[in-house]
Amino acid sequence: MIALREVSKRFGATAALDGVSVEVRPGTTHVLLGSSGAGKSTVLRLILGLAQPDAGAVLVDGTPMEPATRDTLVGRMGYVVQDGGLYPHLTALENVALPAEAQGWPRARQAARVADLAAMAGLDAATLRRYPRELSGGQRQRVGLMRALVLDPPILLLDEPLGALDPIVRAEMQDHLGRLFATLAKTVVLVTHDIREAARLGHAITLMTAGRVVQHGSFADLAERPASPFVTQFLTAQTLGGVSPAAR
Amino acid sequence: MRARLGAGLALLLLSAWDSPPAARASAAAAAEPSVIRVGSKSFTESYILAEVAAQIIDQVGEARAERRAGLGGTGVTYRAIESGAIDLYAEYTGTLARVILKDAALETPDALRARLAPHGLTVSGSLGFANTYALAVRADLADRLNLVTIGDLGRHPELRAAFSSGFLERDDGWPGLRARYGVTVSRVDVMEHALTYRAVASGEVDLMDVFSTDGQLERLHLRLLRDDRHFFPDYSAVLLARRAMTERFPRTWTRLREALEGRLDDRRMAQLNAMVDLDGRRVAEVAAAFLGGRGIEAAPGGSAHRAMLAEIAALTVDHLVLVLISVGAAIVLGVPMGIVAARSRRVGQLELSVVAMLQTVPALALLMFMIPLFGIGKGPALVALTAYALLPIVRNTHAGLVAIDRQLLEIAWVLRLGWIRRLVRIDLPLAAIAIMAGIKTATVTTVGTATLAAFIGGGGYGALIVRGLALDDTATILAGAAPAALMALGFHALFELLDRVAIPRGLRG
Repeated sequence: MIALREVSKRFGATAALDGVSVEVRPGTTHVLLGSSGAGKSTVLRLILGLAQPDAGAVLVDGTPMEPATRDTLVGRMGYVVQDGGLYPHLTALENVALPAEAQGWPRARQAARVADLAAMAGLDAATLRRYPRELSGGQRQRVGLMRALVLDPPILLLDEPLGALDPIVRAEMQDHLGRLFATLAKTVVLVTHDIREAARLGHAITLMTAGRVVQHGSFADLAERPASPFVTQFLTAQTLGGVSPAAR
Repeated sequence: MRARLGAGLALLLLSAWDSPPAARASAAAAAEPSVIRVGSKSFTESYILAEVAAQIIDQVGEARAERRAGLGGTGVTYRAIESGAIDLYAEYTGTLARVILKDAALETPDALRARLAPHGLTVSGSLGFANTYALAVRADLADRLNLVTIGDLGRHPELRAAFSSGFLERDDGWPGLRARYGVTVSRVDVMEHALTYRAVASGEVDLMDVFSTDGQLERLHLRLLRDDRHFFPDYSAVLLARRAMTERFPRTWTRLREALEGRLDDRRMAQLNAMVDLDGRRVAEVAAAFLGGRGIEAAPGGSAHRAMLAEIAALTVDHLVLVLISVGAAIVLGVPMGIVAARSRRVGQLELSVVAMLQTVPALALLMFMIPLFGIGKGPALVALTAYALLPIVRNTHAGLVAIDRQLLEIAWVLRLGWIRRLVRIDLPLAAIAIMAGIKTATVTTVGTATLAAFIGGGGYGALIVRGLALDDTATILAGAAPAALMALGFHALFELLDRVAIPRGLRG
């Protein structure tokens, strides 16, 4: 289980997070929803130990995320970023196998694991031999996901994973991720500004704005029992087909 | 494959280090006992005397002569013999007494010999001529102004002078002379001796310091001003030798003394100098002519040409050794320095400013600073060249590393790669383009800078440039400068190829 307890974080004069509490239940997909600048990526970075809270605590499986525990805890996490975050000088295959290589897996075991993941991600061997710049956006995203899953971590953290994709590929990938999360039964935290993505993938949603939590709940809760006019405003701005002004 | 390439390169360096004559000097001195290293200062007379001595040594056959001519001025050359980098060179009694031993009372070779013994050195008897300092003016100017003695200069303070830097600074040069005669001039420039002749001949300069055995005096219609107050000390030529060499090769030493002591008067020496300076004959040829054709090559034109080509070939290897070793060392030092600089901002800034400061020292000055620390020859030249090559490598490594997308580094941390794996697998490959560009810049500029190594006896193409300057021989200067330019182009092309190996395919555009 992942929990943030009354976490605050400042970057210089700006408060990135102000008293934020979030609880992610094991085995569910939890969406952090909001416009850019809402603080949702900061939450993810705190969970990953890439940043330290100024106040409050971040707990992973009951253990506080601190410099001393960071290395162990991050070993339970897979991390996916927009456009895959692939190393341009390594082939797709080398990117995927890198974490296993770092753990000293024998080559055969690495190859078997990559083959399993490739089947799951729907990528063939020829594609995996390419360099990131020779892949499409959707393929890069799948490779990034494979890399995050290669060590089979119980927790999967995704930061706007589909942000760089065009709408059709994006819809495809949303379906793909939905099926994947259902079969893998991992604890997933997904950051997005896309309402449909949140509705399609999230068991629970935390809507944030300006470093604060606006509402926790299911999509139905947000739609039918909005905690404030902002919630309705945020949901309708996108479901009506518009794009929220802050969205990339 | 890259590892094998590295090993091959290292082997190449090692074998190259051993082959050129100049490079062999210090490293293999102990391993190759029957060698006498003959040095010279960088002016014609010194070259000729060194070559004459070398030919005599080869004739005797007791040891092989190794020529390390054109080392520089008195300071460099004396330090070379004192430190054992050379065994023999021609020096002057006045210089030994005043400049080196700082005791003007030592006038005879015998007196000098006694004082040099504790330094492990000895001198021959006088070779016959005295190459004293003198002041010269154009003959027509002397006639017009009625200049006969140095004292006559007192009537004409409007004259302009150009002196060699040694003369300008030595106590037995201009400072002492001015005090003794109470004369002054309107302007004093420091100029390379060979160039000053042109300036005097063309009337840009009126007065210059010359040596009394100078071959050009007569032909350029220069007149010496009489030193009627006997300011200039006696500069009789002698051979200065390491005692260890004279004891080990007694037959050679005896033969050198027999062949040279008292055999060269002022006129003969001036003629030999003129043959080189004015007739453009090769030093080896002139030396052989003096020895009465008993020298090695009586040198028809073709063989001189071949000898030059052979020398360029040897110097090419020599120059490559300078460049490859110093750039190699700069990579070995500079890349880790760049890595450290990229990890810590404060260390980085300190490091980059120190390295940048090194770069602001003019290359020739940096080379000169090496002399008191490391002596002369290849070693100090390599140290200076390495220091000079550091900046582009450190700066580009640092710049390449700090420019890596932060997210890619965070992912490396989340993937728990560990810092060594991260460095090798992620950071360095991602910075490869910048690092390679730095190494390329360092290599190409080092090819040029390395030509200065010859000024402190480091060899390479610069040896030809230094000699060409000393002998006022444009062809010889070009014989050094042109191959250096070609080598720089060659390295540039080589790096275009090397980029394909060193820069990961995924990063190439």
